[in-house]
Parts: sequence; C-alpha cells; structure tokens
Amino acid sequence: MPTGNKLVIEDFSFYYDSLQALFGISLEIGSNEIFSILGPSLSGKTTLLKSLNRLTDLIPDTKHKGRILLDDTDIYDPAVNLTELRKRVGIVFDLPTPLPMSIFNNVAYGPRLAGVSRNRLPEIVEKALRAGVLWDEVKDRLHDSALRLSGGQQQRLCIARVLALEPEILLLDEPCSGLDPISTASIEESLIQLKKTYTIILVPHNIQQASRVADRTAFFLSGEVVEVGATYEIFTRPKNKKTEDYLTGRFG
Amino acid sequence: MITTRVRHLTQRIAKVLVWTAALSTIGVMILILFQVLREGIPVLSSHFLLDSPESMGRSGGILPTIVGTFALTAVALFFAAPLGVGTAIYLKEYTRESRISRVIRFGTDCLAGVPSIIFGLFGFVFFVIYLNLGWSILSGGLTLAAMILPTIISTAEEAVKAIPISYREVSYSLGGTKWQTVTRVILPSAFPGIFTGIILSVGRSIGETAAVILTAGSSLLMPTSLFSPVRTMSVHFYILAREGISMEMAYGTGAALIILVLLVNTIAQWLINRYIRQRT
Amino acid sequence: MELKEKIIGKSLLLIALSSVMILGLITFFIFEQGIPLISKVGPLNFILGERWVPSKGEFGIFPMIVSSFWVTAGALALGIPLGLACTIFLAEWSPPSFAMVLRPAIHLLAAIPSVIYGFWGLVILVPLVRDRLGGPGLSILSGSLILGFMTLPTIISISEDSLKALPPTYKQGALALGATHWQTIWRVLIPAARSGIVASIILGMGRAVGETMAMIMILGNAVQMPSSFLDSARTLTTNIGIEMGYASGDHRQALFATGIVLFLIIMGLNSLAIFLSRRRMGS
Repeated sequence: MPTGNKLVIEDFSFYYDSLQALFGISLEIGSNEIFSILGPSLSGKTTLLKSLNRLTDLIPDTKHKGRILLDDTDIYDPAVNLTELRKRVGIVFDLPTPLPMSIFNNVAYGPRLAGVSRNRLPEIVEKALRAGVLWDEVKDRLHDSALRLSGGQQQRLCIARVLALEPEILLLDEPCSGLDPISTASIEESLIQLKKTYTIILVPHNIQQASRVADRTAFFLSGEVVEVGATYEIFTRPKNKKTEDYLTGRFG
Repeated sequence: MITTRVRHLTQRIAKVLVWTAALSTIGVMILILFQVLREGIPVLSSHFLLDSPESMGRSGGILPTIVGTFALTAVALFFAAPLGVGTAIYLKEYTRESRISRVIRFGTDCLAGVPSIIFGLFGFVFFVIYLNLGWSILSGGLTLAAMILPTIISTAEEAVKAIPISYREVSYSLGGTKWQTVTRVILPSAFPGIFTGIILSVGRSIGETAAVILTAGSSLLMPTSLFSPVRTMSVHFYILAREGISMEMAYGTGAALIILVLLVNTIAQWLINRYIRQRT
Repeated sequence: MELKEKIIGKSLLLIALSSVMILGLITFFIFEQGIPLISKVGPLNFILGERWVPSKGEFGIFPMIVSSFWVTAGALALGIPLGLACTIFLAEWSPPSFAMVLRPAIHLLAAIPSVIYGFWGLVILVPLVRDRLGGPGLSILSGSLILGFMTLPTIISISEDSLKALPPTYKQGALALGATHWQTIWRVLIPAARSGIVASIILGMGRAVGETMAMIMILGNAVQMPSSFLDSARTLTTNIGIEMGYASGDHRQALFATGIVLFLIIMGLNSLAIFLSRRRMGS
C-alpha cells in the first residue's frame, strides 16, 4: 500500500547468529526530513542504520525478519540489485575513512564504479564537494592525498563522496564524533542545507546535536523503539519515562 | 640454595657465551662472503660479464648464465605471481575459514617444505619428460614457480590482511562489487607488501641450483627461445667448482652470484623498512 | 554483473587450489616413478639394504639413511646451541644498535645460496679438517659444520617469534621475585616458549635433511656405512643429486624411490612441526 513515506521500516528484527539485536522496529521516515535515532550505546542504532543499505549482508551468519520498504519496495527482496540500492542509500561512518588516494579520486570513486564517463567526473566532484562544504578548502589541491586532510575535512570528504552518487537517502552514524566544534558546526549546517534535497537519517553524537538539527527523533533502547515523534515534542514532553530518564541524563 | 654470588657468576658466564655465539655467527658469515668476494671480485670485468664462456668455462665470460638466471626468474614470476596473489585474494576476500581454506593452507605449508631436489625430480619427470618441454627455460621456470609459490602466497596474504576493513566497507557502501573493491582498493594498497614478497622470491630463485640443474639443463650456449636449455649462474658455479674446471672462473661466478643476491635482498629489506614506516 | 562476479569467484577458487594441485602432482609423479622399483626390489631390501650398486641392480639405501641421520645430528649439535644463544641474544641481551646489524645478517645467512656454502666448505673447511683431523676431509664433520650454520636462520627466527610471543608478565614476574636476568631466561622464558623452539628445531631438521648442493660438494661420494665423523658419506639427497645426471631405467627409478623416502621423512618432520606450533597457539 503506497504510504507516501520515503522509507518504511516494518516490524524489523535482526539477529547476529543467535543474538537478537533489533526487536520488531517499526518506523516511518518521510522525504526531506532529518530523522535522528537517539539512544545509549549498544542499543542497536548502528545495526539498524547498516541494515538500511544492507551493509549488514557483509557480516556472516546474520538473519532478519520483517521488511524495510524504500519507496514501497522491500530492499531485501531477492530481485533488488545491491549495487543500485547502495547508490540510493548512502552511508557515512563515525570515523573518517578516506580511501588511500587523492581527494579527487575519493569523491570520484562511486561515480567511476557506476560507469560514469571520464569527462563528467570533474563537474560531479566539484558539485559534491560544494554540497559537502569542502570545495573552497581543497579546490586547489584536488590531487593531493586525502590522508593529508584534517579529521574534520576528511569527514566532510566522506560526505562529499557519498553525495557524488546523488543518493536519495543519507545515513550518518555519529558523523561528528572526534571532530572539533567548528567542524561539527559546519557539518551540521550542511546537513540542514542537504535536507532540501535528501532524506537524512542521523545517529547523533549527543542529545544536543539531535535537538539542533533533527526534525523528528526516535528513542532507542536495547534494540527497541521506545518513543518516536517531533524532536521538540520528545525533548519537552516525553511520553515514556525511560525517554525522560535518558534525556535528563539518568543513564546513557 | 644457590648463593647470590653463584647466581651472578652464572649470569656472567652465560652472557659471555651468548655474546660469543652472536659474534661468531656474524664472524663466520663474513668469513664465507669475504673469501669468495676477495678472490672473485678481481675476476669481475666487463669481459667476464659480457662474454660467452670458452672451452667449457675455463676462460671467457659468463654472459649466457646471467641471461639464463634472469630468464628463469622471469618465467617463474610470470606464473607464480598471479597464482600467488590470486590465492591470497581468494583466501581473504572470497571465503571464510572453512574446509576449503584449511586445505589450501595445508597444501601451501606442505609445498613450502618440499626440498629442492624433489622439485627437481618432479620438474624433470613432469615438465621435461611428460609435457615434453625438454630441458628448457620453460621447464626450469615452471619448476621454480612451484617453489616460490608458497612464499608469494604468504607474503601476499599478509599484505592483504593488513588492509583495514573500513576500506572494504567504504567501497561496498559506494556501490562497489567485490571484484571492483579488490582491483581498485585492496590490490593497490597491498602492492608494496606483495612486491616485497616477490623480490624475496627473486632472491631465492637466483640461488636455486638442484631443481634447476635437473630441469633447465646445463648448456653453455646462449639461449635463443623459451625452449632452449640454459645454465644459470648458480649451476655454472657449482659445475666449475665440483668438476674443478677453473677455480678462477668459479670464484668470479661466485662473487657475481653473491653480489646479485645481496643486491636483491638489500632492495627487499629497504622496501620492507619503507613499507613499515609508511604504515605507522 | 552478477554473472561476471560469480565467474571471477570460481576462477579465483581454481587459482587458489593451485598449490594443492601442484603438491598432488609432485606426490603422484614421484610415487609413480619410484614405487615400481621399490616393489621390484622389495621395500625392506630397499630401505635396509646396505649395498648400492646400480650396475648390478642392487639398490639398498640404508647407508644413505644413516648418513643423513648422522649429518643432521651433527648439524643440530652445532645449530641448536648456537641458534638458541643467538635467539636469546636477539630477544633479550642485544643492544638495539647491534640487533639492527645482527638481524639483517641472519636474514642474509638464509639468503646465501647453498652452493656458496658448499664452495666455501670445499675450499676452506675440507682441507682444514683433512690437515688437522685426518681422513679425506670430505666428511660428515665438514658437512655437519656447514649444515649447522645453514639451519641457524630457521631456528633463530622461529624461536625468536616464540620468545617474543610470551606475555611480558612472565619476565616481569620472575624478575620481581628476585631472579637474575639469566635465570629468568633460562628457567622461565625458554621453558615457556618450549613448543615453539622445538618446532623451530624440527623445521631446521627438515631443512637439513633436504639440503643437497652443499652436501654434494662437501661430503665426498662414498656409499658406505659411516663409522666415524671423518668418513665420507652420501645422504639421501646427494644420492639423487649426484647420479640423476646419468641414470636411466631401473637406476633412475631407484633415485625416484630414494626421493619417496626423503619426501616421506621430510613431510613427517614438517607435519610434526606444524602440529607442535598449532598446539602452542591453541594453549
């Protein structure tokens, strides 16, 4: 049934071998919003994120139940092309992971793999670096090694790298951890700009980040959704006691 | 109960013995190299290196053997490098620890332990006779390839293992297939380590004698094709020494051999150090 | 795309099986050539026979087996103490600057071709033995000395790895209890690294038994039961190496048969070493 939502997670459970990590997650995420997933560590946030583009397929001995619908098609349907899926749902990890190549080649990596012709690459790279708020800082040294960038620049490079494929959904797993406040602020600012074009699912580094950028927030605990709603609502009038305890710092 | 004095005396004696051992080890090695180099270097001249042997090696030069050594090593690498790197890639990227991978590792470990004379026998009956390649650069090179394969596999595997998992995750998450990830990220990053392993294998091939004699023959003529028999430097050295043909020529060949091996191994060591420095 | 990936995967599997296939081919062909002769002569006659006279069809390799054993034993008599001493030195006592010289030197030892060792043995060691100790000089003693040296890199590198792999608490604990450095090494560290060290020795043994060229040049060529270290001898390897150049028919097959015995001995030794080192990692 068409729902008008970009991404619908329907009663999704996930198992690492016999260990269950996610318990019947149900969430609806609309287009062009920033949706944050909040919770203490080991509550299943990263697992959920990595399931959304089936990066979890790389881990041996895993199982899942339930469905994840991207534009009303289950991404786990055998007919789905993994490569295409991963181009539509891009991910940025918590540690900056530049590939050992030049800045240009890092950003061009995805498009090259997709078969984009050589002469279109420079414009794609520039567009992505601008969207990732990195262009001005690197435009004169595109062929330097990406490993020489600072931590904050490398992370923005990773964002640009994903944007070069023009995905529809951006998954960000604690993208600002380990970054200084200035880099964090510039990334958060670019996220707010990016939401005009993309749907963003974010695991924030801390509660404050969620309150700064997220439209809606879900609170996760031990692999379950405890509460979900508009960020402002959750923060000011949490309906669940556990949510309130987490937000006020009683645990986590 | 042992008194403190006896304990410390024991330690002093042990220290002396151990230092003596270490020094004498280095000493003997220097002695061996020095002997051959001292007598042999004077023989090394452009004539020696660029001329062909005369009267069964009693005079003249050793050019065909130098060519033979390089040719055999090149053929060996041509076959062993792709096989070795491919095996390493398969073991790390395409499979987990399973029966197949255990069998492969067992085979590789066993192969590493086979003595060179057995390789010689094998190469003789399989390449020279059965496949009818005759005593040739091809037979010798293929036999050498089998000998260096385990080394290339283990160094390549080490190199590939050292690549951070994050590189793979990134490549897959950007829509890369397994093979694209291997060719565009893993192999380029692992290249220094793989190359070092190859250089080490080259050093080993140059010195290999037993297997080569039985498969590449001992002809002193300049080889004209892959099917020509050829004599390598180490074989020539061995024959000169054992048959007592010419001590002078033997020393010269030996010196050339040592210098070549030293050169190759120094390059390998330098590469290893540079590689380690790059990683840290 | 999917199909291409599948084909690549299968091709790589085939490539990965190459070492196993080569091992299989080696085993097959060596046995195929040698077994007929062994059954013709009779396994017991072959292995225990003391006469090797190819022209008369007599193929007994017992003297070669015994000689291989003697030479290897002699090599280990030199290699084990010297190897252990160097290992201890490298792991514990060497000033770092000296270690930077010693370690590459040991790698170099391993890289020197065996024919160079053999040559040096032939021109320097053999006359020395002949002049000082009598006998032909081309002897088991000369062979053992050179061979012992050649096994050093194997023993040293693997033993050093074993020592380095020990938890530092072993050493710290012993020193804290008042032991001297040497006592710590000798009574705590070495015994703890025991299986790795033994594995290295067994591997060294395998290399020693398999050494051909240097032994051909130094041992002399005598097919006889050795009665002293100064006797010339022929090992399993030199038997093959010396006669393969001109052997044919039964003679040639007998050399392959010698190869079978050699192969089995070395495979046995290596398997033992692998088994021992796996056990170490397990515990």
